[in-house]
Amino acid sequence: MRWFWVDRFTEFVSGSHACGLKNVALDQEVVDEYCPGYPMLPPTLIIEGMAQLGGILVAEHFKFEKRVVLAKVGKAVYHRPARVGDQLRYRVEMKSANETGAMTTGVSLCDDRPQADIDLMFAFLEPGFLVDGPLFRPGDLRTMLQIMNFFHVAVDAEGKPLPHYDNL
Amino acid sequence: MSLSQDEIFEKVQESLVDALGVDDDEVTREATLVGDLGAESIDFLDIVFKLESAFDISIPREELSPEDILTNSQYVQDGTVTAEGLAELKRRMPWADLGEFEKNPRVHYFGNILTVGDLCNYVETKVGE
Repeated sequence: MRWFWVDRFTEFVSGSHACGLKNVALDQEVVDEYCPGYPMLPPTLIIEGMAQLGGILVAEHFKFEKRVVLAKVGKAVYHRPARVGDQLRYRVEMKSANETGAMTTGVSLCDDRPQADIDLMFAFLEPGFLVDGPLFRPGDLRTMLQIMNFFHVAVDAEGKPLPHYDNL
Repeated sequence: MSLSQDEIFEKVQESLVDALGVDDDEVTREATLVGDLGAESIDFLDIVFKLESAFDISIPREELSPEDILTNSQYVQDGTVTAEGLAELKRRMPWADLGEFEKNPRVHYFGNILTVGDLCNYVETKVGE
C-alpha cells in the first residue's frame, strides 16, 4: 500500500525544519470520494502529510534510532479547503525534543496564503511496545526518502550533507 | 526567573487547558490530573513539553513519573508500595502531597494522585533553581 502524503521534500535542515510539497490531483481516489461533488484533499491527510515531514525531522534528529510515531494532534486549524489543482507547501518546525518525544509546529500554504496550521506531538515506541523490531523493513525507509527527494535537499545544522545512516 | 504562586498557577492552568482541552474553571489546585481532568499517559508528555516551554525549565522524566520506584521489587510487594518505597517517593517528590496515597498505597492508585497544586509546587521548585 502506498501511503505518501507528501510528494517531495524541498528543504530539510537537521533539528530545525522540513519543507515539502503536496499536489492535490483528481486522479487520487480519496480526493474524488471524500466529499462527493466537491473534490478536496481530506483535512486528516494534511495532518498525515505534516506528520510524515515532522516524523522524518524527528527521526533524523535521533539518527533514525528511535521508533517515531504520531502521538497527538495538538492543534489543527484549516483556513480553506485544499482543492483539486492546488499545490500545498508545508513547513514543519521542531519546537522541542527530549528522550521521550518531540513537538512540531507546522503551516500549510496555498498560493502563499495560509491553508492550515497543524501542531503535532511525536512519541517513541519503547522496545517491545506494540510491535517488536523496526517499523520499516531494511531499506524501505531509505527508498521512500529517495523517492521524495529527501537526500537532495537534506543538510545538517551547518549546511553540510547528512551523514550516511547505516540503519535506514 | 522569579514568579509568584499565582503567576505559576496561571501558566500551569494555561498549559493544562491547552494540553487537555479542558475549561479554565476545571483546572483548580485541587483537581487531579487523571481523575478530574482526564489526562491520559500520552498527555503527560504533552504537559511536560508545555511546562518546559512556558517556564523555560527542563523536566527529567523520572521526576514526574517515578516508574523506576513503582516497578522496583525493592519498593513494591504484592502490588503495594512498602514503607521504604513511600520514603523513596517522598524523597523524589517532596512537592507532592502523598497523604491520601499513603492510606492505601496500591501501585495502580499512584497514577491518579497528582493534582494541579502538586504540579504548581513542582514547577516552583524548578523555577527557583
